[in-house]
Amino acid sequence: MGYLEGFRVTFGKLFKGTETGRTVTVPYVKDSGPKRQKADRLHGRHVLNRYEDGMEKCIGCELCAGVCPARCIYVRGADNPPDDPVSPGERYGFVYEINYLRCIHCDLCVEACPTEAITESKLFEFSFTNRQDAIYTKAELVVDDDGLPQQLPWEDWSDLDLVAAKSSAWVRATAASGDADYVGVVAWSGELGFGVKPPELGQTSPAPVVDHEDDDATVHDDVGGHH
Amino acid sequence: MFAIDPLLAGGIGLAEVLIVLLKVVVTFGLLLVAVLLMIWFERKLHADMSNRLGPNRAGPFGILQTLADGIKFFFKEDLVPDRADRRVFILAPFLSLVPAFLVFSVIPIGGVFTEEKQGAVRLFGHDTFLQLADPPIGVLLILACSSIAVYGVMLAGWSSGSKYPLLGSVRASAQMVSYEAALGLSVVAVVLLAGSLSTHDIVMSQAGSGFGGIIPRWNLVVTGVVPFVIFVIAGTAELNRPPFDLVEAEQELVGGFHTEYSSIRFALFFLAEFMNTVTMSAIIVTLFLGGPAGPTFFGPDWIWGPVWFMGKLFLFLFMFVWLRATLPRFRYDQLMDLGWKVLIPLSLGWMLLLATLNIARDADWNIGLVVTGGLGAIVLGYAMLTGAMRTAQHRREQAEHEGAST
Repeated sequence: MGYLEGFRVTFGKLFKGTETGRTVTVPYVKDSGPKRQKADRLHGRHVLNRYEDGMEKCIGCELCAGVCPARCIYVRGADNPPDDPVSPGERYGFVYEINYLRCIHCDLCVEACPTEAITESKLFEFSFTNRQDAIYTKAELVVDDDGLPQQLPWEDWSDLDLVAAKSSAWVRATAASGDADYVGVVAWSGELGFGVKPPELGQTSPAPVVDHEDDDATVHDDVGGHH
Repeated sequence: MFAIDPLLAGGIGLAEVLIVLLKVVVTFGLLLVAVLLMIWFERKLHADMSNRLGPNRAGPFGILQTLADGIKFFFKEDLVPDRADRRVFILAPFLSLVPAFLVFSVIPIGGVFTEEKQGAVRLFGHDTFLQLADPPIGVLLILACSSIAVYGVMLAGWSSGSKYPLLGSVRASAQMVSYEAALGLSVVAVVLLAGSLSTHDIVMSQAGSGFGGIIPRWNLVVTGVVPFVIFVIAGTAELNRPPFDLVEAEQELVGGFHTEYSSIRFALFFLAEFMNTVTMSAIIVTLFLGGPAGPTFFGPDWIWGPVWFMGKLFLFLFMFVWLRATLPRFRYDQLMDLGWKVLIPLSLGWMLLLATLNIARDADWNIGLVVTGGLGAIVLGYAMLTGAMRTAQHRREQAEHEGAST
């Protein structure tokens, strides 16, 4: 009766009280209760970061646009006005647009960026209702004067205070050039409102001591990620 | 045509027309609501069977999810591919949907099936059957409609002007044509015993208590279970439901025949598919489980017909979802093997056995001897069939071997 065994299994799932019938999916809470904890390396909508002195990090090099497999990024650089520079150095991102109808959140732009200007936040609940809204311009992507992402009318940022500090986890998770000697070594610049963010816990060697104010230390315990 | 329904026996006046119109509206509405609930039920039960939650946002327990989906389909962009054959492409969904509606019109959904009442119910002072129409060829209508539905699927794939739908429709026509044979042959067994093609008469012949007063006189028992099993299997294949859903195998053919369809046209296919599930269950109930016939307990006796019908219907709807949640899809050669080498010979043999029994009963032959002889003939036929298949396979392998060595 090997053929009927499967029917017994699926029928057994109907009894929710038993171990085998336990529902494993969790309902999506929108209006009630706290949101679920987000994964440290969740890829959400992008932000354009600024230095601690308020200067923009983007230098308009278009590497992100070049690497984007979905071709959703449009960048145009321009020379910094000498009397009022937008970014330190020669050039800055004059036009910066991301089309979220195309973006696949692969994070390759974040990897490509030489100045950690573009990182991905934890926001994934942004359902715009027309195609114009889907194209985020530079004015919408760049962080505000407190270093926090700007909230657009259709975005749900209700847990911003929990996730704001984690906006550039990918950069901090990786040792420079993938070299194990650089694990836990800060190789990135500071950000407006947050200062120099601490490295994410290491990949191989004993974990460096990191000052974590949030309570999700358990998440960091599992060793893995990039080698 | 409709002389059998007592409503239409004595001339047709305004009252008769109004009652028939009422029946049309009720049948239509009942079927649509049943489909709406069936889609929700399938999604919810399938979710339960795979440790998921299922739809839970729209209305209590997500029961309005189908409605929400329907509204969404209406407002989606309606695409007709450039390379599509426009007229056929637009026609195909209706070819699928209309037969699905038509079949339900011959299904008895209620009635008092006793000796004196003969399945009739008093409605506004007129005796009538609780079924939209009772043509003397009801079963043929069912078979004809299920054959027409094949064209809907086939033409949809063909007219899309795209590869995957074409492959899906080629599979559909091959699968549905081969299983239609088994389906028809197993229905013949029922028709032989009922002695009529009218669905009402078939239900009537199954009413009343049967063997020992406990086992009902359903065709399920009377025809010896085998035609029932064949009908359920062939019916599942006819519906393109798992495990026979090669027509729209997501992993291979994107969406199968409806890959290029969007918006309301896709919704029509979707509706037809689930409507067919409901009507196929209703057909099984009518042909094999006595339809709305059953014992009455308290209250007015006409209430119990629909109750029995819905109860039996639900059983099969549950079964279809259960099959889908459990069984993996057939491989294409397995599908053809099952159809041609098992179901068709078996249903053919069983039909011959039942026909022989019928004649033996009429001619007062020795029943025991006839049964033994008949079963012997079936076993002999089975042995010859397997022998032939083995020889064919042997020769094929030999030919391949020779082809490889030269």
